[in-house]
Amino acid sequence: MAKQDFLRGQLIEAETLITVDDLCRHCTVRVEEVISYVQEGILDPQDDAVVPEKAETWQFHISSIKRVRTAVHLQRDLGVNLAGAALALELLDRISELEKA
Amino acid sequence: MEYKDYYEIMGVKKDATQDEIKRAYRKLARKYHPDVSKEADAETKFKEVGEAYEVLKDPEKRSAYDQLGSQWQAGQDFHPPPGWDAGFEFSGGGEGGPDLGGFSDFFESLYGRGFHRASQQAGSARDFRMRGDDHHAKVMVDLEDSYHGATRSITLQVSSLDESGRVVTKPRTLKVRIPKGIRRGQQIRLAGQGGAGYGGGGAGDLYLEVDFNPRSHYRVEGADVYLDLPLAPWEAALGATVKVPTPAGAVDLKIPAGSQPGKKLRLKGRGIPAREKGDLYVVLQITLPKAENESQRRIYEEMKQQFSFNPRAGMEV
Repeated sequence: MAKQDFLRGQLIEAETLITVDDLCRHCTVRVEEVISYVQEGILDPQDDAVVPEKAETWQFHISSIKRVRTAVHLQRDLGVNLAGAALALELLDRISELEKA
Repeated sequence: MEYKDYYEIMGVKKDATQDEIKRAYRKLARKYHPDVSKEADAETKFKEVGEAYEVLKDPEKRSAYDQLGSQWQAGQDFHPPPGWDAGFEFSGGGEGGPDLGGFSDFFESLYGRGFHRASQQAGSARDFRMRGDDHHAKVMVDLEDSYHGATRSITLQVSSLDESGRVVTKPRTLKVRIPKGIRRGQQIRLAGQGGAGYGGGGAGDLYLEVDFNPRSHYRVEGADVYLDLPLAPWEAALGATVKVPTPAGAVDLKIPAGSQPGKKLRLKGRGIPAREKGDLYVVLQITLPKAENESQRRIYEEMKQQFSFNPRAGMEV
């Protein structure tokens, strides 16, 4: 039997941090958008310095990628604004907490 | 190619106003949005609705579509009549609208290929160069796979642009190694396996999010694994050594005498073998055998006589 090649990926630990630039690149958003997400309370930068002047040095949990993408999709597809997307994200979090129990 | 009844997909009448169509779209989009919906075929439905809305929200495209006539049935074999769109001018890509890859052949035969993406690429510089998109997908594994490591073949639907700039979707199968110790919600990054770049830009990455297949007897929290273990009353009362399944194989577990239901026994380091090893918690439960014949009933009678036991003693009744 032919030996098959399997792809070996890099495991991303939940603690993995990414820079604000990585986040922008992965989600195709601009830094200004990330700032508005932080100001809305959708995203928490790691060192808790939420002032926009510090945006360049912000680091985020890897899970932020999914969060931003969901927020972008919700705004684009459902016509909700940023606050509406934030509310939906919080409710989605609560649903998944409840489903885990 | 099959005819698509966009009015039927949106659940509106043929003479619906633009406001009614928008309202129907919003309701369906919330219902089927892949980030929100729990419906089984949410993504397909969402795409279908998005395509229908793309046509019906635009008065030009809508009247061109209406021109095709009402004799068509959904699913019927369809070829656009020659010159069907004469006199219409479709003005560029729509704003808003979902973007989940290409639209159906039916849509493309009417409104042209690559239509939906055109707006995103228009206006690009001549030596336009861009890294490909990162793709995200979910992969289901068994809890046991996390204990031993495993390999998985996964098939993804990949949209890309062909030579003539059309969006084509084709299945792509990848063989991926699932590393030992993986936990729910963790991601595996496969560098360069995402969308192709444009103009010499590198390919994006593929992120696989791991989830466990639901198993009947294990619950997983982080790296810890929980197992409900049923015991006979005499095993719990007298103590026993019982065989217990674990994801790494069965083990013998000593149950101390006088164990109450709900008691947790911790098997240290027998949870998911992550960098910080999880524990396996065995949660004791007591299953009561039915008294099915006279001598079995006598044993329960005997217990009633021998124990002055009030399980509701703490309830003040």
